[in-house]
Amino acid sequence: MKAQGAMALGEIFQQLLPGMGRSVSIFLCTLVLSMPLGLVIAFGRMSKCKPVNWIFKGYISIMRGTPLMLQLMVVYFGPFFIFGIKITDSYRLYAVLIAFALNYAAYFAEIYRGGIESMAHGQYEAARLLGYNRAQTFVKIILPQVIKRILPSVTNEVITLVKDTSLSFAIAYLEMFTMAKALAASQRSVLPFIAAAIFYYVFNLLVAVVMEGVEKKLSYYR
Amino acid sequence: MTLLEMNHIKKQFDGVGVLEDISLSVNEGEVLSIIGPSGSGKSTLLRCATMLEQIDGGDISYLGHKAAWTENGKAVYPKKKEMKEIQSYFGLVFQNFNLFPHYSVMKNITDAPIHVQKRKRAEVYEEARKLLAKMGLSDKEDAYPFQLSGGQSQRVAIARALALNPKILFFDEPTSALDPELTGEVLKVIRSLADLDITMVIVTHEMEFARSISDRVIFMDKGVIALEGTPDYVFSAEHTRMREFLGKFHQN
Repeated sequence: MKAQGAMALGEIFQQLLPGMGRSVSIFLCTLVLSMPLGLVIAFGRMSKCKPVNWIFKGYISIMRGTPLMLQLMVVYFGPFFIFGIKITDSYRLYAVLIAFALNYAAYFAEIYRGGIESMAHGQYEAARLLGYNRAQTFVKIILPQVIKRILPSVTNEVITLVKDTSLSFAIAYLEMFTMAKALAASQRSVLPFIAAAIFYYVFNLLVAVVMEGVEKKLSYYR
Repeated sequence: MTLLEMNHIKKQFDGVGVLEDISLSVNEGEVLSIIGPSGSGKSTLLRCATMLEQIDGGDISYLGHKAAWTENGKAVYPKKKEMKEIQSYFGLVFQNFNLFPHYSVMKNITDAPIHVQKRKRAEVYEEARKLLAKMGLSDKEDAYPFQLSGGQSQRVAIARALALNPKILFFDEPTSALDPELTGEVLKVIRSLADLDITMVIVTHEMEFARSISDRVIFMDKGVIALEGTPDYVFSAEHTRMREFLGKFHQN
């Protein structure tokens, strides 16, 4: 009985494999898109130009104040309901990536802002006295220190993202969780859910190990 | 030759006057100390001279190049290219060092000469090693700032400022963050620079040091220059505020 169960679990993993690939893709693409976008939003949020400041403040407020699942649906169904554009099947993935990138960028922006604003003013002044221009000051002096400082918060966000990829089931994109749900229903078994749990847990374990490695790499200074 | 000239400098913070019509000039090779009670505007004067603060009135020039002036109570600065040139004339040593924590001692010193002044790497490194030797820090080349004592940090900061070959070096209370033992080693280094005829403006609370190192001393009080002259003249002047100020020091 036990052996049979174990085999079944192995089989389930095999069936879920394509979904796992898609989950990982969503995860990686979202990071690649949202991390730089977050920096742009952080700059907008810190802008001294009032209208720009308000726009980005409002953006962050909406992105953080409404459910990601809802945002996902608006991005997916919006083009049809608002503009009458026919939704193609391939748009599903784009909708997922757009919604995730926009949402996570808002959170990353606030993490970046916290890090940037926590930098001692003396670092800017020293850089200025040494003749660094604004771009050099940010890239060479400020950013490296900010990255070290915000790493724990970023790790939190990245781990949440791993789990949030499962929200894609809301628009029926066939990532791992959507498949596991379907499989559980058709097999009348809880095992697909257990397989899903193991997948997310191991995935996040990996994320934690990698981030710890990065933190260690940056621990050469204080 | 006059290196720095500041005329009728005014500076307010939230409507409160911090500098009230200050004029001073520094000649090449001169060591000028600025002393005075806390809040008298010494550091603000230095920050105005180094363009970290905008002036509300007056003008500043380095080697005859106008570095800042005012039109209708608003500070005006030269164009970017000219400003860059002017900024290369001076360096500043901060009270709390402001070393870059993610750079090694060597990189702290060499990065700006290489990436701002675009000088050759080998040449910059060679010069930096000489500077470190002069600072007595040859063995700290690869250390990071968190591994240094306050005195060592300040000496690295001085080397970092010197590496850009400024014509004039400002010190903003360079020993105020250090205990007496570490103060001595930093003062010794500054003294050795004076012997090399490097032009320096030093804001300090170290009275004996100011007296022995300076060619000229300025005593500031409530945003104005209350007394100015040779160390002997200033320290022995029958000036009420100066006597009060020195008296407090001697009590401590």
